[in-house]
Amino acid sequence: MPEIRAPQIPSQKLKTPAAQKPAVPAVPSAVEPSLVRRFLLARGNSAFADRGFHWLMVLCALSIFGIVALILWQLVLRSQLSWHAFGFRFFYQSFTNPETGKPMYWDPVNSLFSAVPFIYGTLLSSFLALLLAVPLAVGVAVFLTEMCPRALRGPLAFLTELLAAIPSVIYGLWGVFVLVPLLREHVNPGLIQWFGWTGLFNNDNPTGLGFLAAGVILAIMILPIVSSLTREVMTAVPHSQREAVLALGATRWEMIRMGVLRNARIGIVGAIILGLGRALGETMAVTMVIGNTPEIHRSLLSNGSSMAAVIANEFTEAVGDMHLSALIEIGLALFIVTIIVNAFAQLLVWAVTRGAPAQTH
Amino acid sequence: MGVGIEVTNLNAWYGANHTLQDINLNIPASHATALIGPSGCGKSTFVRCLNRMHETNPIARVTGSVRIGDLDIYAEAKPVEIRRRVGMVFQRPNPFPTMSIYDNVAAGLKLNGYKNRRSLDEIVENSLRNSALWDEVKDDLKKKSGASLSGGQQQRLCIARALAVDPEVLLMDEPASALDPVSTSKIEDLIFQLKAQYTIVIVTHNMQQAARVAEKTGFFLNGRMVEFDSTHKIFTNPSDKRTEDYITGRFG
Amino acid sequence: MSTNNFPLRSRLRALTDLAVTGLTILATVVVVTPLVAIFAYLVYKGASSLNLAFFTQIPKPVGVAGGGMANAIAGSAILLAVASAIGVPIGIGGGIFLAEFGRGTKLANAVRFTADVLNGVPSIVMGLAIYALIVVPQKHFSALSGGVALGIMMIPTVCRTTEEMLLMVPHAVREAALGLGVPNWRSVLSITVKTASPGIITGCMLAFARVAGETAPLLFTALGNDFWSSSLNQPIAALPLQIYVYAISPYDDWHRLAWAGALVLIVLIVLAVSLVRYVTSRGVLKGAS
Repeated sequence: MPEIRAPQIPSQKLKTPAAQKPAVPAVPSAVEPSLVRRFLLARGNSAFADRGFHWLMVLCALSIFGIVALILWQLVLRSQLSWHAFGFRFFYQSFTNPETGKPMYWDPVNSLFSAVPFIYGTLLSSFLALLLAVPLAVGVAVFLTEMCPRALRGPLAFLTELLAAIPSVIYGLWGVFVLVPLLREHVNPGLIQWFGWTGLFNNDNPTGLGFLAAGVILAIMILPIVSSLTREVMTAVPHSQREAVLALGATRWEMIRMGVLRNARIGIVGAIILGLGRALGETMAVTMVIGNTPEIHRSLLSNGSSMAAVIANEFTEAVGDMHLSALIEIGLALFIVTIIVNAFAQLLVWAVTRGAPAQTH
Repeated sequence: MGVGIEVTNLNAWYGANHTLQDINLNIPASHATALIGPSGCGKSTFVRCLNRMHETNPIARVTGSVRIGDLDIYAEAKPVEIRRRVGMVFQRPNPFPTMSIYDNVAAGLKLNGYKNRRSLDEIVENSLRNSALWDEVKDDLKKKSGASLSGGQQQRLCIARALAVDPEVLLMDEPASALDPVSTSKIEDLIFQLKAQYTIVIVTHNMQQAARVAEKTGFFLNGRMVEFDSTHKIFTNPSDKRTEDYITGRFG
Repeated sequence: MSTNNFPLRSRLRALTDLAVTGLTILATVVVVTPLVAIFAYLVYKGASSLNLAFFTQIPKPVGVAGGGMANAIAGSAILLAVASAIGVPIGIGGGIFLAEFGRGTKLANAVRFTADVLNGVPSIVMGLAIYALIVVPQKHFSALSGGVALGIMMIPTVCRTTEEMLLMVPHAVREAALGLGVPNWRSVLSITVKTASPGIITGCMLAFARVAGETAPLLFTALGNDFWSSSLNQPIAALPLQIYVYAISPYDDWHRLAWAGALVLIVLIVLAVSLVRYVTSRGVLKGAS
């Protein structure tokens, strides 16, 4: 057999293999070895294909940067008109209504635009959402990781996962037909009666729509992400930490507080901020329940609007280029804010769950 | 048929770690050569340098030369080409989990673009016969997945997979260390038969295994090759004190 | 810590423990309630409005009873096909880069980080960008622009899950392929990706389920359409868009259709998520470990 293969060996035959062995191999080989060998020797080393494949994958990965750049570029480009007209004042200016003498922020017919009421609405509704959602989310996470019977853990985790999978528009639908009437008939009257003196609950909006409705629906929507991320960082706390505290004779709650929550707190803050990022940009459900009025009110029961809601609500019916441009500028601001908030949150979560983002295998 | 391997001044690093230092040896063709030594001595790194598998780790670096037959594998070829000529069997059986037994054996050819169906059937059968697995699996070649076999069968499947590309050299990195005694003895029988056809280099931490299957044995310690001689001499009358200490169990 | 009030303190600690346990259970109940409420109401309202016409007819004008969302269902299918054609290959490619080529490099970390951040960008912003990029130059709304917007939104999710699934493939499997002299690209596609494919498909379905319910990015790209349309160059109806339009309309008939549409949408999504859950719980990599 060596004679058959000899011609395929590329360079000169220096050393004859010490294989002057008996001609009968120990294992009878019916394979024609030269056939396979000849085929494989003739195959290229595919260095070209390998390099091409590598760069194609790099290109796919780089597309992520491309998308961010593309969004930024297009939004900056299309918001030029509004930016040149108002500059940075867009984010804090107000106008006066010539008829009533009251402050006014958004007048598409006269091309007067200010983002103030939308920033206010976004911040207020998101803040309300966090206020309602965070204690619940942490409570659920503690229950699921530390106390829940094993049999319940799976179904409950699945339920929270389902909550996260429900589309925004369905939350909105439910908000319009169930939550808003519920608030209007049963919750708001109580709030007005008992807490009206704070000025936060005024009896001037009979619809049930408004900041509170938006805050409640946002709370329901960000609960799953906050609680599942909190769960993740809590499970990342090493078991030894819990045992160390338990060994000192702590009760279960003391163990959770000192052994778990204290070690996971940075990650939990990250989870909360990530929830904030979601709340800031949430569009459909908020649009459907916030009332869509570009006004600022102290009362949580008043109609308002948010940055995402005004875009969704007015964009296709915008009355002119300036109106479009102003809406796109609000979108740009929303984009930059959510990028910063998400990046910050991501760093916090990574700090806990992975040690450091730049970890090698 | 197997070819000889000539290693000259081989040095290897993993990052700053100098794992192989000035290795020189000639591995004879169509024999089994065993490499022994305590864990971490560099013997696994050494066999990986023989088919450039160490390059899958980006921090690895090598100097010196390795000739397999008449091919300088670092100067004259790409890793892909060398690995087609130098088969490798790993410490833990690693059949492709999503493939049937048949596809596992045929993988080396199929994935390299071999299309001749009929000869493929023949090659698969022969490879499985040569790895003493044929009788156990011939009835469900395409039905069962490679991962459904027992550990020992999986390792013989991996050997069949390596044989299917008709290599000139077969590297075995502790092929029986994850197996039970019965499976281990089957693998050893196999090596004993295969060495007539292939040059076999087997890394082992089991000295009896080296003594049973290999004509030549090399002893590695701390990244250096202390002694390389006939297996008989190494185990009965080693010339180096350190080899003797290791053989007699005084350390390692 | 003086010793004489030890029993009292101990009882207080036990009480706190009990109270906190109770509070976490309460929190869980409060969280589960709206979910159950949403589902129950959805099924109750949706099922009573659902009929054959819903799946076979297009919307009727206001005041005319009946009508359905057949065109919106077909429109969603077209939009999602375009989105998958864009999002799945690019996302998988990015994931392959992260897991197989870039491991531990600065570039990979930057890509991973940006993907996670991009995942949190509001979908309405994505709609604005695609409006500016495609709709403005073309001067008309189109199914294509809607599909592109959804496709881009799929990329980060698909990319990150692909990476995670590939990382679960044991290193030994890669070594086995490379040890046979298989070229790297072939080894990655035919061995590593194939081994991880159940998990990767799972990731794609999750991304798919997520964009299937997206409304905001379609508002000013796909726009919506009351009639049959299958052209990529024309505005097209989509299920979530139709639900939105009907929900904020003042007509009872349309509200009923909105509920029916929501039920159909949620059933599809829950099916996808459950399937994913089933596949992952069975072990993503059958037999490999």
